[in-house]
Amino acid sequence: MRRRMFRLTLSQKRNWAGYLWVSPFIIGFIFFFLAPMLQSFRFSVSELIFTTEGYDLKYVGIQNFRYAVTVDPNFNQYFTETISSILVSIPSVIMFSFFIASVLNQEFRGRTLVRAIFFLPVILTAGVLHQLEVEDLMYLTTRDRANVMLSTASLRDFFMEMSLPRWIISYVIMAAGNLPQLIEYSAIPILIFLAGLQSVPGQLYECAKLEGATGWETFWKITFPLISPLFLTNVIFIIVYSFTSPGNQLVSYISDLTWGRGIFGVSVAMSLMYFAAISLILLVVGFIIERNVFYME
Amino acid sequence: MSAVLKRRLAGLSWSVVRSVLLIGLCFLIVNPVFIKLTTTIMTEKDIFDPTVQWVPRDLSLTRIAKHYAEVIRNMGYFRNTLNSLVFSSIISLCQLFSCTIIGYGLGRYQFRGRGLLFGLVVFTLVVPPQMITIPLFLNFRYFDFFGLLKDGGFDLIGTYWPFLLTALTGTGGKNGLFIFIARQHFRGMPKALEESAYIDGAGQFRTFWQIMLPGAGPILLVIFLFSFVWQWNDIFYTSTFMRGGLYLLPFALRDLPGKYHWSVSTEFRTIVNNTGMFLFILPLLILYVFLQRYFIESIERTGIVG
Repeated sequence: MRRRMFRLTLSQKRNWAGYLWVSPFIIGFIFFFLAPMLQSFRFSVSELIFTTEGYDLKYVGIQNFRYAVTVDPNFNQYFTETISSILVSIPSVIMFSFFIASVLNQEFRGRTLVRAIFFLPVILTAGVLHQLEVEDLMYLTTRDRANVMLSTASLRDFFMEMSLPRWIISYVIMAAGNLPQLIEYSAIPILIFLAGLQSVPGQLYECAKLEGATGWETFWKITFPLISPLFLTNVIFIIVYSFTSPGNQLVSYISDLTWGRGIFGVSVAMSLMYFAAISLILLVVGFIIERNVFYME
Repeated sequence: MSAVLKRRLAGLSWSVVRSVLLIGLCFLIVNPVFIKLTTTIMTEKDIFDPTVQWVPRDLSLTRIAKHYAEVIRNMGYFRNTLNSLVFSSIISLCQLFSCTIIGYGLGRYQFRGRGLLFGLVVFTLVVPPQMITIPLFLNFRYFDFFGLLKDGGFDLIGTYWPFLLTALTGTGGKNGLFIFIARQHFRGMPKALEESAYIDGAGQFRTFWQIMLPGAGPILLVIFLFSFVWQWNDIFYTSTFMRGGLYLLPFALRDLPGKYHWSVSTEFRTIVNNTGMFLFILPLLILYVFLQRYFIESIERTGIVG
């Protein structure tokens, strides 16, 4: 009778085995993620003082936050600029990557090569490269400015003749001006969309064809709804990626404050506000998209 | 008859539009790499010269070889590449190991709190690393096993330890994504496969090792590649936790402009920087050329999608 108490049922056993498999993450999350996060909350309301055998914290209230918002000369400007530029670029990245993914999903000659080239930016986006290219950029812009101006002007004329609303024209021109960045941000969303497009069951297309649906109808009635959960995945990915990318102005400014000038408290307060802004945007955007997404289950 | 003709014409015109579009975009992607490559073999005069586009006027091999040799020497290229290779391989193998195991547990086991745990994995992806690096830096600088040691603790900055510890627990940079990929893959495997292994007497570990892992080859490759590339390119984590430790290739690239006297011209700096950048991505390009087929195919086949 006593022995039975220690014997586990099969499902209990599997339950415990499950915890065993994921235990590294539980440990890591607690020690290398949750603890530092709580600590950074503490840092943001304190002043950090290094002593001979470690460091001390002095409670200063919301002084760090106040310094970041009212005293620091650059924070407000970088904060609003970074956030608005990312919000503006999301629709163009999503549309572009979805379009490219559906093109790359078709059968044509040289498809493997084209795909290999499109995923090249995944490799080429390195933090160091961004730092060095600042110097480079000046050289390239002086050389190419004439070309860029010319193409933007002709683009504008083209759209003006189509008599589209003004805000659409300026948005497209802005997106076209940022084409290299657009391509860089799109590399992984394209990958995700492509994988999704390939996983749409073929019977559905066959069925639609038998019922006499046109390609346009098939796209909007079958492909688009089945892919729609991936829009959520991709929007979240883009937001996270661009908010933490090494080329980001605010991110490099915060790192510079930390390691260049050693004001830990203020930089942590800045990161916290930045994180709060990202979370808010993610929640709002996620909520809006989630309501319009179709799940097959 | 005319309907058939019309359809064929439409198909033809679409394929023309498509190829123009794709060729243009591919050019846009490849062009910067190409410009970097051609800038590395130019002289200062060529950069001023508007008639020089891609091919420099003076194409003597000895001059180019001399220039490259100088940059390679200033970067300590071979030694630092080896450093980076060893470092990135070890860390990304650790990440591969831990993320596969965690993903397997999340994908194949039913236990209480599984949904919550998966939510936490996604959460680690969303929090910007800048927010936790400062406390993490202090933790590793005065590492006392979270309060177990009293006298100051060890200084782990500049060693492999910060990277090993975070990699082995699946909390390194972008590891949430790898766990996510692994979980999606293992979740899609048929349950019958696992059950038949149990009936034949395989234990849980053996089922994982002999039944599940061999089928996951491509996905493991994807995780390894992503992890390796990010580790190679990363300067954020390495410059924080490797301070004063192993000298890696990204550091060499960052410090390259400082090796030259401040009075050298901007054009010369551009040439040197471009050479450095090209040398920096060269190992990755070689790796990509060899592995891209598996990389792309395997993402399509199983993939990131649920």
